[in-house]
Amino acid sequence: MTDRPHLAVIGAGPAGLAATLAAAARGLRVTLVDSAAEAGGQFYRQPAAELRARRPQALHHQWRVWERLRDDLRGHLRAGTVRHLTDHHVWFVERRSADFVVHALLGPEQEDPATVRADAVLLATGGYEQVLPFPGWTLPGVVTAGGAQAMLKGSLVVPGRAAVVAGTGPLLLPVATALAAAGVDVAALVESAAPRAFVRHLRPLVSQPGKLAEGALYAARSARHRVRPLFRHAVVEAHGTERLEAVTVAALDAEGRVRPGTGRRIACDTLAVSHGMLAHTDLAESLGCRLDGQVVHVDDEQRTDVPGVWAAGEATGIGGSALALVEGRIAGRSAAARLTGTEPDRAEWATALKSRTRLREFAAALDGVYRPPAHWSEQVTDETVVCRCEEVTAGAVRAAVEDLGAGDPRTVKLLTRAGMGWCQGRICAPAVAGLAGCRPTPSRRPFARPVPLGVLARESDHPTEEGPS
Amino acid sequence: MSKPLTCDVVVIGAGMVGAACALYAARAGLDVLVVDRGGVAGGTTGAGEGNILVSDKEPGPELELALLSWRLWTELAAELGASAEYEAKGGVVVASSPGGLTALERFADAQRAAGVGAEPVAGDTLYALEPHLAPGLPGGVHYPQDGQVMPALAAAHLLRASGARLLTGHRVTDVLRGPDGAVRGVRTDRGDLHAPAVVNAAGTWGGEIAALAGVHLPVLPRRGFVLVTEPLPRRIRHKVYAADYVADVASDSAALQTSPVVEGTAAGPVLIGASRERVGFDRTFSLPAVRALAAGATRLFPFLADVRATRAYLGFRPYMPDHLPAVGPDPRVPGLHHACGHEGAGIGLSTGTGHLVAQALTGKRPDLDLAPFRPDRFPEEAA
Repeated sequence: MTDRPHLAVIGAGPAGLAATLAAAARGLRVTLVDSAAEAGGQFYRQPAAELRARRPQALHHQWRVWERLRDDLRGHLRAGTVRHLTDHHVWFVERRSADFVVHALLGPEQEDPATVRADAVLLATGGYEQVLPFPGWTLPGVVTAGGAQAMLKGSLVVPGRAAVVAGTGPLLLPVATALAAAGVDVAALVESAAPRAFVRHLRPLVSQPGKLAEGALYAARSARHRVRPLFRHAVVEAHGTERLEAVTVAALDAEGRVRPGTGRRIACDTLAVSHGMLAHTDLAESLGCRLDGQVVHVDDEQRTDVPGVWAAGEATGIGGSALALVEGRIAGRSAAARLTGTEPDRAEWATALKSRTRLREFAAALDGVYRPPAHWSEQVTDETVVCRCEEVTAGAVRAAVEDLGAGDPRTVKLLTRAGMGWCQGRICAPAVAGLAGCRPTPSRRPFARPVPLGVLARESDHPTEEGPS
Repeated sequence: MSKPLTCDVVVIGAGMVGAACALYAARAGLDVLVVDRGGVAGGTTGAGEGNILVSDKEPGPELELALLSWRLWTELAAELGASAEYEAKGGVVVASSPGGLTALERFADAQRAAGVGAEPVAGDTLYALEPHLAPGLPGGVHYPQDGQVMPALAAAHLLRASGARLLTGHRVTDVLRGPDGAVRGVRTDRGDLHAPAVVNAAGTWGGEIAALAGVHLPVLPRRGFVLVTEPLPRRIRHKVYAADYVADVASDSAALQTSPVVEGTAAGPVLIGASRERVGFDRTFSLPAVRALAAGATRLFPFLADVRATRAYLGFRPYMPDHLPAVGPDPRVPGLHHACGHEGAGIGLSTGTGHLVAQALTGKRPDLDLAPFRPDRFPEEAA
């Protein structure tokens, strides 16, 4: 049976799981490669088994969808049609003349290599949170909203006693609600978007009754926990000496500028902050896939412009788990057809295509509503560190532009070292571009994660892990 | 189109060589305008290690240019302070076999006769210089003059010190010439720049600028990768490379060649070069090339096996068929000067190049004979 085409799916979140199941059900051998110990990704993050959570579903919605995915995956694993490589941190996907080699490091130490040979790859690498800097944002106690949620979902740990949730995006409300439900006093939910923006984008939002219902459910739950959103406000500074003690929250005007004199101090020991999501595109970029702005370009079938490479989920555009599931299904079906030399039967996925269109419109509408305030960088003082890895301040970035003639993100990076450190600008790139007054450009990162030189030097061309038989 | 700007000299290219030309020309009293289609240090300057080397050059015109440049770099370093991260770290060239050591020492003898500081180091002396080198190496040569700058910072600070007007994001689309054939400026996509002299400091793209002026200059890209590690406390003190690097630099082969060049930096990361390939302007990441770099580096410094590479970048060295740059006036086009084609040595050779070009621009007798660097020394391409 080893002559059946072998697909490597990278990422076991909603998109990767849906793609794996769709492709395996149609006869492909699939190796699902993921960095976590369990399938599910960020969205269906599971509490560690040793914690013996009694009701993990209390922290999740759409638990039934997850149960079905999990059970289907178990079935394929038992049948040997899918192989799931956990704790595999992919650092590079190599395109050779006739196939691909997925290069990974084994976790959690990430010192030993593993490679998987495949006929095609499907990138479901997901997204990560964007956080824009403000004075005090590097204090202990300031976490990403997603990070706070992950702490709750993964380790059942409550990150603090009094929290402020701030920034912009559809993630803030569920995070605030989950924190409140776990017993944290949510002192404020600070959203920079204005309610009026929702009205402007009403049509696509209304076309998603399911999503609206979900939103209403959160609103009801958060009301029960007395979390009232403070619209068109922003955290302009975090205070504390050793760690976070309070934040200053101020009102924004219609242009997104802070209204003078509106600042007020709110005591808290946790600030969960998020300014939207960014796509993980490193593997796609080093494969040579075309990007549209900051996301991987795909066609109707979720194919990238590199033959043999599919992409689905947040990597191709931030849109949430429902869209990721649909895209994963389409990608898996397309791969199954194309790799066996057949034209995909479009009738089979007509419904999926329709929901993808609807969900993408919804995502675009949300994107129109949840924008970081246009003048966020005005609040960033020269002393504020923007690149934490290399400890580059906002003042250094401004000096590179004003004194040394840097006019694009790459030159700013060369002249300041912002983005040259451990995270390779994944965190600071949008902030640095914003401070420099230019549009963020995708930067090339050949290694999706740091790799020991000994691994690079030693690695043989023979794959260490074969796919399912 | 806006009103044309006028000046004494237009320098095309805001990389290291263009910056040095601008600095010395401005100091010679000329009104200078620097134009670049990208940003500061956007080409090969921003993709290199910032080498200022005498160790890898055999006696001859390039070594003379390197020694002149080295003197000028030490002056500039004193003037610019820490802003360009200049570091007179010295180089250590390591032989891997007794036979290789004999050849290396003979090479160093000839360099010493030409004025290079080159001290043979064997056994304990070698390990006193670089304690973490692999055990059992027969010896090497220590070159105290070798140094390094952070190339993008150096270019930006030289441009700033020059006081030259800087036009980034301006693509030169033509070299303007008068009825007598002499240069009278350049046309850009955002307007004309009028000047009686134009300096082609476009690096790897210098051949295209020459073609706009109607002359042939064979500058070809030679791709190189650099691997960068996580920041480390200083364990590698010099620029350390294997003796076969010199042979690779001098080679004409198009195929992939790698010889380990390893150095610590002021900022912490270790930089690992050097690969050479002639593959045109192909920007595709090459795993085999960076693997070979990692293998070479861990052979020289075994402790690096556990150190992580966080990134790798590539650049295109401006390669010329005889490995010498084009420096000075072009006899075929009055007013056109060249300052390009320095291959992998452009940062080091930039100061001498800028100094010589400024002398030529102001009608002074150049400190070095420019004949070996004549831009018209190559036969015209067959039509």
